[in-house]
Formats: sequence, C-alpha cells, structure tokens
Amino acid sequence: MNTSDSEEDACNERTALVQSESPSLPSYTRQTDPQHGTTEPKRVSEGPAAAAERDSGPVPDGEDEELTLKYGAKHVIMLFVPVTLCMVVVVATIKSVSFYTEKNGQQLIYTPFTEDTNSVGQRLLNSVLNTIIMISVIVVMTIFLVVLYKYRCYKFIHGWLILSSLMLLFWFSYMYLGEVFKTYNVAMDYPTVAMIIWNFGAVGMICIHWKGPLQLQQAYLIVISALMALVFIKYLPEWSAWVILGAISVYDLIAVLCPKGPLRMLVETAQERNEPIFPALIYSCKSAHPSSEVHHSEDVILEREEAEPEVQTHRGQNRSYSAEEELEEDRGVKLGLGDFIFYSVLVGKAAATGGDWNTTLACFVAILIGLCLTLLLLAIFKKALPALPISITFGLVFYFSTDNLVRPFMDNLAAHQYYI
Amino acid sequence: MAAAVFFGCTFIAFGPAAALFLFTISRDPLRVIFLIAGAFFWLVSLLLASLVWFVTVQMSNKESSSQQKALLIFGVVLSVLLQELFRFAYYKLLKKANAGLLAISQEDTMPISVRQLAYVSGLGFGFMSGAFSVVNILSDSVGPGTVGIHGDSQHYFISSAFMTLAIILLHMFWGVVFFEACENQRWWSVGAVVFSHLLVSCLTFVNPQYEGSLIPTYLVLCVMAGWAFSCAGGSLRNLKLCLTCKDKDFLLANHRPR
Repeated sequence: MNTSDSEEDACNERTALVQSESPSLPSYTRQTDPQHGTTEPKRVSEGPAAAAERDSGPVPDGEDEELTLKYGAKHVIMLFVPVTLCMVVVVATIKSVSFYTEKNGQQLIYTPFTEDTNSVGQRLLNSVLNTIIMISVIVVMTIFLVVLYKYRCYKFIHGWLILSSLMLLFWFSYMYLGEVFKTYNVAMDYPTVAMIIWNFGAVGMICIHWKGPLQLQQAYLIVISALMALVFIKYLPEWSAWVILGAISVYDLIAVLCPKGPLRMLVETAQERNEPIFPALIYSCKSAHPSSEVHHSEDVILEREEAEPEVQTHRGQNRSYSAEEELEEDRGVKLGLGDFIFYSVLVGKAAATGGDWNTTLACFVAILIGLCLTLLLLAIFKKALPALPISITFGLVFYFSTDNLVRPFMDNLAAHQYYI
Repeated sequence: MAAAVFFGCTFIAFGPAAALFLFTISRDPLRVIFLIAGAFFWLVSLLLASLVWFVTVQMSNKESSSQQKALLIFGVVLSVLLQELFRFAYYKLLKKANAGLLAISQEDTMPISVRQLAYVSGLGFGFMSGAFSVVNILSDSVGPGTVGIHGDSQHYFISSAFMTLAIILLHMFWGVVFFEACENQRWWSVGAVVFSHLLVSCLTFVNPQYEGSLIPTYLVLCVMAGWAFSCAGGSLRNLKLCLTCKDKDFLLANHRPR
C-alpha cells in the first residue's frame, strides 16, 4: 500500500530535535537554567529509548529523599493516566471498529514476507525475517537522526517532523473517522468531515509544534500515539508483531544503555550542547510545584508526531536560582511517544486476538507494573533509561501465559460458576 | 434488555468497589500504586494455579468428566491457597519496602501506614479477582442471547454480579484482617482468613443452587466486615461519633466545623 509506505517513512522520522526552531512555550516554561539537563533524545525512527535525566543541585539529603518519594509516586501516576488512556482508546477502537482487525493481505513494505504459509516453521522464519528488516530500518533511521543532529541539520529534522505530523493528524485521523462512521452507520457529508478534520488537524499542528494549553497538547499526543498503534495493529502480521515487540525491547535496551548506542550518543550530544533534546515526540507531564520564587525551567515542548520507537523516560529536575535556602524542584517525567505506541500495540493485539478480556486486563496490569518498576529504577539511577524492556517483557509473558493457561481455567470456572 | 443487564450487573459488581476507589484511593498516588501492585500479585498467584491445573489436566483422562470436575475442584482449592500465600508474600514485601523507605527518608513516620496498605492491597486483590471472574460474563451479556436456553439457571448474570460484589468486598476485609494478624503475630486469625476464603469458594460448588452459595457468602461477608472494622480500630463508640458528626478527629481532618 503506497500510502502506508510514505506514512511509515514519515512516522519513522519523528524526532524532534528542534530546540532552536520550535519556540518554548513561554507560558509554561522559562528557560532560565542552562544547567538544567533534561534532555531526552528522541529517536523517532529507531528504537525507543527512555532517557531519564536528573540534574542535581545541592539540597539537603533527607528532604531530597522525602521529596523524591512523594514526587516519585506522583510522577508514576502522571504517567499511568496517559498510558492508560491511550490503551483504553486503542482497546475500545479494536473492540468496536472491525476495520483494524481485518486482515486483507495488505502489509507494510517493512514486513514484506507473508505469513500465509503452510508450515509453522516457514511462518516463524518469515516473521523473524520481517522483524530483522523492521529493526534494521529502525536502526538506520536512528543513526541517520543522530548524524543529522550531530551536524546540526535542524531545519531538515524540523521539516521531517512537520511532514509526519501533517500525515498523522490529517490522513490517519480521516481514515479513523471514516471507519468509525462506517461501523456505526452514521450518515455524513464531505463538507462536515472536511471541517472536522481541518479543525482537528490544524489545532493539533499548532498545539504540538507551537504553543497550546498543556492538556490539549497531551491529549493530541495520546490520540496520535493511539492512531499509530492502530495502524501497526492492522498492518503488522500476527507473529511478526510479537517478534517485533520483543526485538524492539532488546534494541531499546542496547540503544540507550550501551556506550556507543545511538540514543545514548544523542543524549550526550544534547547535553554537551546544553540543548533540550528532541522536544517533539515526547510526552511530558509537567509537575509544576509552584513556589513564588522558583523558576520552572522545565523544558516542555511537546511536539510529537507518531513516534516510532523512541522512548525516553526522562526526568528533569531544575533548580531555581532563588536566593532562599529552599529549593523547590520542578520535576517532569517524560516518556517517549514510541513507548505509548508499543504499549498500546501489545494491549491492542491482546484485545484483538481471542476476544478474551482477561488477557487484555492481564497485559494492562503487567505493563503498568513494568512502567512502575522502570520509574523506580529511574529514581535510583537518575539517568536515561529505556522504558520498553521491562513492560514489554512482562506484557509478553502475561499475554502468552494468560492466553494459554489462565483462559481455559477461568472459562471452566465460569461455566460451572465456581469462584476462586 | 441487553444493555440494561450489562449496566445493571456491572454496577452491582463494581459499584461499591469503584466508589471506594474513587473516594479513598484515587487522590493519593502512593495508594494507587500499591493497589495496582496488589492486583499484580493476585494475577501472579492465578497464573501459578492455572499452570498447575493445566499440567494436571494434560496428564489426565480428558474424556472422563468426573475426573475433570475433580481436577477443577482441586484447582480451585489450590488457587485459594496460592492467593493467600501471595497475600502473605505481598505483606512481607511491603514491610521490607517500608523499612527501606523509612531508612532512606530519615523521617519518623512512614508515608503510608500498614493499615492503609492492608486496605489498599485487599482492594487490589479484590478488583483483580472480581474483574477476572466477571468481565467476560459482562461482555457476553451485551450481545444477543437467551439465558439458560439449555436448562441452566436463568439468574446466571445477576447471581454472578452479586457473587463478584461479595468477593471483592471480602478480599478487602480479608486483607485488613490478614495484615493486622500478621503484624500482631496472631496466626489463628490468619488461619481463619484462609479458612473463610476456602469456605466461600467451596460454597460456590453448589451453584446453580444460589441459596446455598450466595446467602452463606453474604453471612461470611457481614462477619468479616465486623471483624475488619474492629481490626482497623473501629468500635461502637467510634461509629456513633462518626454517624452523629461528633468525631472531632475526623472533622478536623476534613476541615469541617462542628
């Protein structure tokens, strides 16, 4: 499908390293602290990398730890809510709009091998080959992005991002709206649709690339991630999707933690230059802890288009320059949109295959617990961390075990109405 | 009719629990996290029990229905025991975590008390248990169909909803009593909790004779409610003060004048 090709390209290029281009949102951030090192490199096309960074300044230790715990829990919840919302949107769509679960043989060019083979071995081989191709594409894109960033081709990156956002906000949402109308048999005319899509897309572009209310930006990012996840669920073949999920977690781990990993290099480069990394493609929850003397220089520029793997969990902590002793910290945890997308792909696939709600619930809880553990590690290590591995591992383990072991057990119990 | 049954059963099964969550847990992030962790522990216990059951079923004679039924009963008992084991494991983990946090934070008080943890973890177990029991049934109730067309009971949906409600609340009470008993090393209380859980599950073997399962379950629920109330520090005096709005501590905490 030609459109998917370009969509994929567009999607793959989602990295918004356009600190210099995209203006900060003056109403929300005041970039006063040059040492604030919240950066999250967002590697859009590559694997997700969660970067968590924390800039520490002098602060009394006990108070620091107490605040850490309180704000830590708050940040976990601040990420739980959008992740849950994204998953709920994807699951609701999968369960109601049959378009996203129909397989009519169309595949992305990144997964050229078909899974309609006769033998299990052949099918497995094809899915592994598909995964290899997909991951290589992602690796190449990430490296390309890092190279662009290193040589300061900000305009190119910015243009790439804008093109991707356009595609996502207009084309994909038009498709989605069309399918929803078809499912519910709603009579609709083109002028109305044009107006709806135009407004939706234009406001989205403005919110994401320029300025907008924080919650609207967050809502757009969630919607975009959900749309992207739905596209993946539709066009990735069954077994390839699972293998890709596993492979991308491994890639994320490598890319963020290895010294020569592309994402790590991105973070380090951005830190050297004292630039906020890739404001786009990152979901940020600003936890403004307002105090009159404190300047919150949390860099929150939400530009995000469909992020392919590029996940960063990022926690920045800015210290104010207030003359007083007490330092209020403005911490915001940032999670890459790629994380949202892949979490939703996992839960969406659990909902799509089988129709069993227990499996979906189990994957949902597993992913949330994985995210919780990742954030705990973030609080301990205070550096960029990949957000995919733990959650996706838990999710995959729980998906396969619930589907094969728990489902027959619970079905039998429900048939006899036994309760455990 | 389908939507009415769906919404009715959903609200019966999850109404009180959702209200508890909304009013007491949703505001505090730490409690939400411990709730979800509790749900996760319940899930792991179910996984293990299903694994054992699955293995035994594979090794057994699949044709013989009496053998399958016996294996299912064995699965239920095993699952109950594993759930309580994991409740104990969660208790141990929380104690360790709290001790660790206390050491790090150098504060005198823990951010969340053991009683709150007991309540939250019990509710987490309850949510997951209730959800796994009833969500598939609810989703089937939305669609078209005739209940009991093959001679089964017509009250399948509503009895499931009521049973789920009882189980969720029971898990919460069991959590409170269990943690309190572990704190004070009263092992007979722990045994009583395990026994009552087994009792409630085994009572469901008489389904579809709902009088035999639902009524005793609700009796156990009332007993456990009273027990949990007294474990959590409640008494008749507290109750009276609370209901007549004369409880000064409560009013102070909620900034209401008296």
